[in-house]
Amino acid sequence: MLAFIQQIVSGIATGGIYASLALGLVLIYRAMDVANFAQGEMATFSTFISYSLIEYAHFDFWSAFVVTILVSFGLGVAIERLLIRRFEGAPVLTLLIVTLGLFTIFNGVTGLIWGYVFKAYRGAFPSTPVQFGGLYLNTQDLGVFAVVLVMLLLLYLFFSRTKAGLAMRAASLYPDSSRLLGVRVGWMLALGWGLASTVGAVSGMLVAPIIFLDPNMMQAILLFAFAAAVLGGIESPLGAVIGGVAVGIVMALVGTYIPGGQDLRLAFGLVVIVVVLLVRPAGLFGRAAVKRV
Amino acid sequence: MRRLPRVRPELLGLAVIGGIVVLGVPTVTNQFITFEFAKVAIFAIALMGLNLLTGYSGQISLGNGAFMAVGGYTTAILVQRTGIPYWTTIPVAALVAGGFGFVIGIPALRLTGVYLALATFALALSVPPVLNHYDTFTGGHGGIVMPAVLPPFSLDLSQEQWLYYMDSGIALLLFVFAWGVVRSRTGRAFMAIRDSETAATASGISLAYYKTLAFGLSAAYAGVAGSLLAIATSYLNPDTFGLSLSLALLVGVVIGGLGLDFGATDNSRDGSFVSRPTCWAIIWSTVVPACTSAPCPSPASRTSFTGRC
Repeated sequence: MLAFIQQIVSGIATGGIYASLALGLVLIYRAMDVANFAQGEMATFSTFISYSLIEYAHFDFWSAFVVTILVSFGLGVAIERLLIRRFEGAPVLTLLIVTLGLFTIFNGVTGLIWGYVFKAYRGAFPSTPVQFGGLYLNTQDLGVFAVVLVMLLLLYLFFSRTKAGLAMRAASLYPDSSRLLGVRVGWMLALGWGLASTVGAVSGMLVAPIIFLDPNMMQAILLFAFAAAVLGGIESPLGAVIGGVAVGIVMALVGTYIPGGQDLRLAFGLVVIVVVLLVRPAGLFGRAAVKRV
Repeated sequence: MRRLPRVRPELLGLAVIGGIVVLGVPTVTNQFITFEFAKVAIFAIALMGLNLLTGYSGQISLGNGAFMAVGGYTTAILVQRTGIPYWTTIPVAALVAGGFGFVIGIPALRLTGVYLALATFALALSVPPVLNHYDTFTGGHGGIVMPAVLPPFSLDLSQEQWLYYMDSGIALLLFVFAWGVVRSRTGRAFMAIRDSETAATASGISLAYYKTLAFGLSAAYAGVAGSLLAIATSYLNPDTFGLSLSLALLVGVVIGGLGLDFGATDNSRDGSFVSRPTCWAIIWSTVVPACTSAPCPSPASRTSFTGRC
């Protein structure tokens, strides 16, 4: 029983990582109705930047963290302004192919710069167990969880309490009316990409100490983030967080209790995505889409 | 009454020249390049399949690498376990992969656009770990080694030349078949669905039938490609069929002509069905591995290669 609870706790922590990547997906989906397949590879790229800052420029983890976040934000904005903007109003298939192109480019560039050898990434939190009422909790899990919570709180405050957050919500819901009211919708989209890239970078820097750093490290996590976003209803930030935690718990249990579960986790991610889409396409918190012909 | 399309003389001329070039390639190049061109034919088959699905019936698939894996493993396991001649496994691979695609097509019926992309992306990612897991059946990480292919009827050909002619011949056959499909009732139904599902339904086209059929056909093509790839390399392992393969297929079909013409109704008419995908298959399967594969071919073969192209 204790082992079971232990698995659930560690599932919640990894779920936090899936949740932050899923949040990035949701931010972009809300803004432009497209799943950003490059989300994971952008996060990998950011994580490698922080790796270089720590290893070669001798930053400590937290200053590298802050610098990386700023760089990632700039990167997201630049991608939207320079590239995605040209495809505004294009069919979904075109946008998907553009993000898949970004996926390939980021994957290739990361490999070109940093190579394909697995690297150990020193994170902020030591991987030591602390005893807590009979449970052994990993300090790293607790740290991950705390960082994700702070990030969610900041995002919530941004969207609910600031003018820019309000403008962003307005721009994604009613682009035309917002434009009439003086909201610069194009820049709001860029801001959305910047934020998505930032939360993705955070998830990358949190996960890299747990798995090793390599250019393909986020691909499996992207799949789980997709599962999380779909489970939560792909338009709902809260849904993405709850979906992320749920997927994290399911994957921890699958990995422990199903024979060969470690190998089959990705297949279970596929099953989650397909089953949710078939049974309840709007997810837990999404609105059912009604299409007018 | 429907008239057969008139064959234009310039097209006929091009076909003749093209035929001479195709037949002549192995006589003027070395074995390495001949083998690369055999792979061109294989990827052309996979791209034709994806073009039927994404280009003609409008369903995006990031998972055709998974269908190639099914075809490849069908051939490899049959040859290794039963020892039957390799060429008999090609139609079996097409059937098994096609059936698999048909089954995948059923849930795909309810998914469109982004959601279908997500699900097929997950399919592409989850195939290699699953193949690794059932290693008593698939050989796991070690993969499956098959006996090398020898030219039949004691033909005076090298192994590479035989593979090249066989793969090109099969590609041509499948091209003719696809050419026929897109000009038939079925092909028109695919395009009607791509352009407007609602309008297609209103015209009495069964979405369920034609969409799963497109998946099955596309997967059968991918299965043949996977089977031929296994035969050509006489070895395969799960990493052959990773996400990058599926993405490369999509890139190939987009650069080959899908992205430019998508949504237009006449991209079947300008004869681009295979020509541009094939051009891209050439680029993809020769230049890209030469530039990016981690263990590069020896410098000598690389220079001779770039020197020739």
